[in-house]
Parts: sequence; structure tokens; C-alpha cells
Amino acid sequence: MDPAPSGSQTIGPFFHFALTTDEALGCLAGPDAKGERIHLRCRVLDGDGAPVSDAMIELWQADSDGRYNHPEDPRQKSHDPAFRGFGRLATNDEGVSVFETIKPGRVAGLDGALQAPHINLSLFARGLLNRLVTRIYFAGDPANQEDTVLSLAPEDRRDTLLAHPDPQHTGVWRFEVHLCSEHETVFFDV
Amino acid sequence: MNAYKRPDPAGQPVLQHDRYRSTIRRAPSKPLIVLPHTLTERTGPLFNHDAMGETDHDLTRQHPGEPQGERIIVAGRVIDDNGRSVRHTLVEICQTNAAGRYLHAKDNHPAPLDPNFTGGGRAMTDENGCYRFVTIKPGAYPWRNHINAWRPAHIHFSLFGPAFVTRLITQMYFPGDPLIPLDPVLESIPDEKARQRLVSRFDLDLTEPEWALGYRFDIVLRGRGSTPFEE
Ligand SMILES: [Fe+3]
Repeated sequence: MDPAPSGSQTIGPFFHFALTTDEALGCLAGPDAKGERIHLRCRVLDGDGAPVSDAMIELWQADSDGRYNHPEDPRQKSHDPAFRGFGRLATNDEGVSVFETIKPGRVAGLDGALQAPHINLSLFARGLLNRLVTRIYFAGDPANQEDTVLSLAPEDRRDTLLAHPDPQHTGVWRFEVHLCSEHETVFFDV
Repeated sequence: MNAYKRPDPAGQPVLQHDRYRSTIRRAPSKPLIVLPHTLTERTGPLFNHDAMGETDHDLTRQHPGEPQGERIIVAGRVIDDNGRSVRHTLVEICQTNAAGRYLHAKDNHPAPLDPNFTGGGRAMTDENGCYRFVTIKPGAYPWRNHINAWRPAHIHFSLFGPAFVTRLITQMYFPGDPLIPLDPVLESIPDEKARQRLVSRFDLDLTEPEWALGYRFDIVLRGRGSTPFEE
């Protein structure tokens, strides 16, 4: 009989000294990475609206042309070598992590059509027995209209998957993760 | 390429598990949306051996002196649920010192810190999916979940596997720990056999004479199914 996957358990509140010591992981894109450079400010709030200051956020995204540095991607060979695509930070006292990256390109979806630009986000924290997975899309991108994953989310909750440009700071996008509340972010079962 | 299989829910924790109080205002209250495995989910970060430091896997050699406590070897094999080795994947660990204290400003358990112990380790699995750490047996620690609440001694394990979907953070427990049946975190996994699989085994073959006891902890990540894509 085949073995079953091991059960997930919480990361707990005290992981920083082991898992988030490398602040360089806040930057997904090296200085030479192609594409539109952005800062992505992710903020995590719990069911009472209080900042979640003991979480770990991981991001995974394609390069500016929608390629992944991974053998599964048929276009891996031409991926941008200056782009890492993976980021990991702890949230601060305000529940915030700010990542530096580039806006991802479009990646093929299952039906052959291109997906809208998106970033996969994993959230780990005390009280989360399994990671929570969500996707970050970019508000105002016309491709959002035809994205098959976005359309899986109930229409009235779809905007929880959108990052918005910061009106005060060009190049900064804001994304809020709401746990367990009326405005709860759409989380995915991967 | 085929999609990854979805695990049996009985072997995975219930997210809203009231006896673990922190889940109440944090775990999702609305149903999760099933995400098909697009290229974003079937790819993921890959790491290589070159990034490993010489003492990353040996938590007893990361400081000038030797840490206090019981030196142990923790080793095992990472496979997928088709029984195949998960090669060259990053395994990270995070734990308390022998006294049950984390090296963290917000851990106020009144147990001593150890200047010779940090509690973080990293290793890559080899050709056969095997990894090995040398460390100190972590201590149990109190937490405020309920009156007289103590976590059983455990080591947090973080694994990536080959894709975004195979990412796993779990905990390894020690055999014979009287706190195990009382623990709301482990208890959140409904299936008893699945809970027992998070308890390591004492292994005389891993044990090194006059040096350290060995514990074996095998980990299973999700593998691919037989259907090309799931809807
Ligand atoms: Fe812990």
C-alpha cells in the first residue's frame, strides 16, 4: 500500500531564528531582472482585525515573461536568470511584509488560455495548522476578466484576491490578507 | 504532465480546531476553493547543495562551545505518496534548546537560553531522499492554550519538495512522550495512524556508540496521480 502524505502542523510563533534569518529573500528579483519593478506590501489581519505579527509569508511567481525556473516549465531554458521567483519574510509588528519583485508575466492555464499575472502566496503562522494559500492578482489588469482561477472565487469575494496600487507611492502595491472574518480572503485548497 | 494527488483529509489537520485556541480567530471560516494545478502550482522553488554551510545540518557545531543537553541524531527519508524518493530537496528544522526555550525575544518561558545553541538547521536530501541532522533533544515547554498546557518535545520540519503544492511544514515528536495524547496541535489530525506517523522512532542503527542516540523520522510528500489534470 502506498504511504499517505504526512500531516501538516503549525509553524508556531517562534520560527524567526531558523527560517527567516535571510533578509535577502525579501527580494525576488536581482538588480538585472527584466520587467516592471514593484514593491508588494502584504498585510495580514486576524479575525478581530488585529495585525498578525508572527506569520511567515512565502511568494512564488513567474518572471516578467511568465516563465518559471523549473523543469516542469517548457520554457525554463529561456527564464530570466536574474529572477529568483521565490520570496520569504516574517511579518512585522504591524502584520506587514514588504517584498521587492517585478510584475509577473502571463502563464499558461490548463485550458491553454493565458492566466492573468498572479503571485502564489503561502501563509504560515501560529493557529494555522496547515498553510493558507491564496493568489495575488493586480487590480485593473484587463486579463483578470478572463482568468479561470479568479472566476472560481465567488463574485462578491473576488476582490480579496486583488492587490491595489498605493495612491501615495508609485511602484508600491498593497495586498491585504484577512483571516477568519466577514471580509475573509479567498483561500485555496491546493 | 499529471496533477498532484489530493491527500486524504483524515490524515491532515482540521483547520478550525477549537481546542487549539489560536485557530479560532485565524483559521478560515469559509470553505476553501479547490485550485486546479496550473503551471504555477506544478512548479516551485528549487534549492541546491552549494547553498549549504558546513555546519547547517549539525546544530551542535554552530557555536564555539558545545550546547547543553542530550545530543541526538535525527535522520530519515523523504518519499512521495507513490513511494518514490524526493531527491535534492531542502529540509529545514527549528526547535527549542534542551531546556524548552526558543531563541526568540517573545519566548518568555523562564528556562535558560544556551549561548551555544540556536536551534535552526538545514539539509538537502540525497539521491535516495535521505537527510540527517545532529542536534540536541528539545525540551517540552508551557504555552498558554489552557491551564497547565505543555507542548510535547518536538522539532518543526519544513520541506519544499518538487512543486508549490508539495510544500509542507510539520512537527516531529519523540516516542514515549506522556504529553503526546494531551496535545491539541497533534490532536487536530483526525486519523490516529496519521498522528503516529509524526512520532519518530528510536533507531539503534542510527545511534552512534559513545556519542548520540538516533531517531528516525520519515516524511511523505504528495506525489502525482494518474490523471493528467483535475478539474
Ligand atoms: Fe514549537
